[in-house]
Amino acid sequence: MSQALIDASPDSVRGLQRVNDFVVKFANVNGSGSASANTLFGNAILRMGVPVAPRNIFPSNIQGLPTWYEVRVSEAGHLGARGGVDLMVAMNPQTWDQDVKSIEPGGYLFYDSTKPLPDSKFRPDIVRLGMPLTELTNRAYSDSRQRQLFKNIVYVGALSALLDIDPQVIVSLFSEQFRGKDALIAPNVAALHMGRDYALAHLPCPIGLTVHRADAVGDRISIDGNAAAALGAVYGGATVAAWYPITPSSSLAEAFIRYCHRFRVDKATGQHRFAIVQAEDELASIGMVIGAAWNGARAFTATSGPGISLMQEFFGLAYFAEIPAVIFDVQRAGPSTGMPTRTQQCDILACAYASHGDTKHVLLFPEDPAECFEMGAQAFDLADRLQTPVFVMLDLDIGMNERLCRPFVWDDARRMDRGKVMTAAELEAGKDFGRYLDVDGDGIPYRTYPGTHPTRGAYFTRGTSKDRYARYTEEGDAYADNMERLLRKHATARTLVPHPVAHPAAVPTRRGVIYYGSTSPAMTEADALLAEQDLPVDLLRVRGFPFHDDVAHFIAQHDQVFVVEQNRDGQLRTLLITELEIDPAKLVRITHFDGTPITARFIAGAIAKAATARTATP
Amino acid sequence: MTYLPKPKLHHPGLQHNALGFTRRDYEGAISTLCAGCGHDSISAAIVRACFELDLPPHRIAKLSGIGCSSKTPTYFLGASHGFNSVHGRMPSVLTGANLANRDLIYLGVSGDGDSASIGIGQFAHAMRRGVNMVYIVENNGVYGLTKGQFSATSDKGATSKRGVVNSDEAIDMVGMALQLGATFVARSFSGDKGQLVPLIEAALRHEGAAFIDCISPCVAFNNHEGSTKSYDFVREHNEAVNYLDLIEGRPPITVDYAPGTVEVVQQHDGTWLRLRKLADDYDVHDRVAAMDHLQRRHAEGEIVTGLLYVDPDPRDLHHHMNTIATPLNALDDAALIPGAAALEKLNAGLR
Repeated sequence: MSQALIDASPDSVRGLQRVNDFVVKFANVNGSGSASANTLFGNAILRMGVPVAPRNIFPSNIQGLPTWYEVRVSEAGHLGARGGVDLMVAMNPQTWDQDVKSIEPGGYLFYDSTKPLPDSKFRPDIVRLGMPLTELTNRAYSDSRQRQLFKNIVYVGALSALLDIDPQVIVSLFSEQFRGKDALIAPNVAALHMGRDYALAHLPCPIGLTVHRADAVGDRISIDGNAAAALGAVYGGATVAAWYPITPSSSLAEAFIRYCHRFRVDKATGQHRFAIVQAEDELASIGMVIGAAWNGARAFTATSGPGISLMQEFFGLAYFAEIPAVIFDVQRAGPSTGMPTRTQQCDILACAYASHGDTKHVLLFPEDPAECFEMGAQAFDLADRLQTPVFVMLDLDIGMNERLCRPFVWDDARRMDRGKVMTAAELEAGKDFGRYLDVDGDGIPYRTYPGTHPTRGAYFTRGTSKDRYARYTEEGDAYADNMERLLRKHATARTLVPHPVAHPAAVPTRRGVIYYGSTSPAMTEADALLAEQDLPVDLLRVRGFPFHDDVAHFIAQHDQVFVVEQNRDGQLRTLLITELEIDPAKLVRITHFDGTPITARFIAGAIAKAATARTATP
Repeated sequence: MTYLPKPKLHHPGLQHNALGFTRRDYEGAISTLCAGCGHDSISAAIVRACFELDLPPHRIAKLSGIGCSSKTPTYFLGASHGFNSVHGRMPSVLTGANLANRDLIYLGVSGDGDSASIGIGQFAHAMRRGVNMVYIVENNGVYGLTKGQFSATSDKGATSKRGVVNSDEAIDMVGMALQLGATFVARSFSGDKGQLVPLIEAALRHEGAAFIDCISPCVAFNNHEGSTKSYDFVREHNEAVNYLDLIEGRPPITVDYAPGTVEVVQQHDGTWLRLRKLADDYDVHDRVAAMDHLQRRHAEGEIVTGLLYVDPDPRDLHHHMNTIATPLNALDDAALIPGAAALEKLNAGLR
């Protein structure tokens, strides 16, 4: 037990002093069973009424490569990534150097001190918290698997003492986790106390970072965006799903399977009110979705950038043939073999203008799991109403991390909007049916489901080469007429997609910021940082494409608009410039694209720099 | 020109089926394919089969990919919904349509380029899933619409109209369908209406993945000497394993005048297939023997036609998925949406 003393920090270091406001990062080896222990740690703080934002930073690997788990503790409710680490739990020798480097000055380093490390492996400006974890667990357990798994619980126990986390909260989490497997509770509690007791006896407990009970969580729920979107699809009435496994979207399809088995199995017969196919590839996935939607079912696929690329031809067909389809795109850094486990907002243009020919698609940008649920359901109404593909643009950061959000709500009076579908009775009554006839002036024609009427309403579906009554023609006028109508339909979409949300500054300002999706929590926090620096900005969160008129108004009302995005090229900025005919010099690109989630520090720093520069370069 | 509607002048003497429709009610627009194209004969056989089976045209959905063959759904069943989709991707679109509404009859029409080249993956996976459909490949061994390139079913050693020799091995889609688990596998020839019409009828009645490879000479690019998909070549090398009649719902009472043995097979839907066997040793229920027979005849330079394999009790994708009997596209809010109370419970579990 002498190692803790050998590795003691220089006396001169005074550790950071923060209550309910710090970042803990766990450096682990993938496949070592650390994920559940780390989740336990985050949940314990949450149960003490203090908001946490956990993030998995993981490799494209099943076992062996480095993985990190970051928990931001923030009573103020900041759920975006902050940047920097206040307490590093360094459990992976492979990444030791970079992990030590990432600690804030005055921060803390918790590590396994079983094997003494030379002083050169440390920094003079951090507090060392060495604990002989391997020695402790080797002594307590003979089985190697138990040694590994309980080592994780032992360090959670030590952290509970160091951070002043109520151990009783962790014990009750064990009881919930192992309900029905009660035999597992006692050994976990024992491991927890082993770590806790050691820390209390040998380490300076508590350290300067502490958790105090608070009431800042409220009725919020904690769920990942993929599961929330899948639940949205259930509530949106989706019955057909076709998908091909791809990180980071697979868990969306898998959550849909889970929720369907929970909510959509006929009690009397055990039969399924859903059909889910794991297709042979993304082309088949979207083909099945389009076939099912053409035939009147609500259908979706979940994919990521490479899948979006593969589906391009079908997106064009669905656009021209006017078939509803819902696509959940959980974005990741490209290309195919690039950084599949890192987050980006890099498919905006690929989706907005997907496929060959003149196309413009409908996009939705959820900010958190609550909106993943709402837009997940709404996407099906929009797709049916507009008879076109609708893309719900998630990303890895919101898709695969649990995030605190307001609870899900549903109005039981709400009904599916199936859009303009001509019925057998209407056809029988002699109502004129032209599949591509704009009877209402909104660009949206009527459709019929196959099999509706014995002699009326049948039509032949093809991309173009058709007139208003779906008869074959290669006449240029008929083609142009159809394309103009599709533009009218797109204009209708502008009024139907979720409207942008404005957060005006406390004082009048000529500077504005446009952002979307998972950038939201970091932007909200950056807003406060900028206000402190006397750089107030008006915020506008875009939630849908085509852009609502409010977006153009917002840009017109400001001299300088920063467009904050998680991609290299400023894809939404390009879309704004092109679709709203904005002077590019007015829209300043603030882009973050290294695959990590954007942080408030980055945004505030980049905006401050750009705003104070004499001339802003677009 | 297909945008000119075909005049619907019915001859008063035209025969009506049980639904009161004439054969003309099952036709489509005028074909724009070349005069003499085998595909038009297949369209005519489809019209005739649907008429004879008294199928309501609006209960059939016809889907295709891209190519000459895939244009043909415009030329039959004008009262049915049709879908000319994407090159090589008809199987996935059809699969999705089938998932949405299990009550319609799905007729997929494709070609050798559409199914054996660009679309071989989707062909294979639709077969192995057991999608309840009739999948007809109008096989001319050539790309017609792009003017005469070889397809993946062009035989090795065949020459194109320009004299180019194909050095790639041919894909036999019948062999693939057998291997992939299709429950009804047949081959026919567009010029043999007597064999083709009953095969299509039987396939329409089959409640599983039914595949028909229909050799259909291309009069423009693949009907010359040196082609192995020409009218003359196929007529000379055709080895029919059987001829087929389909009788609806009740055993045949007719007297069989044809030579050779007769086998009666009941399909899952209660219809009867009456096989006039030409090859004595041919067993229509033996998948392995069918594959063996196919390979042996192929080695002899013969093209085996007829019903090669049928599973009298097929299982389709909906069976595997345990889908509810009501078509999914007919389920309402009450059947699909769990509601606010369920959501509140779910919220409670996420705190």
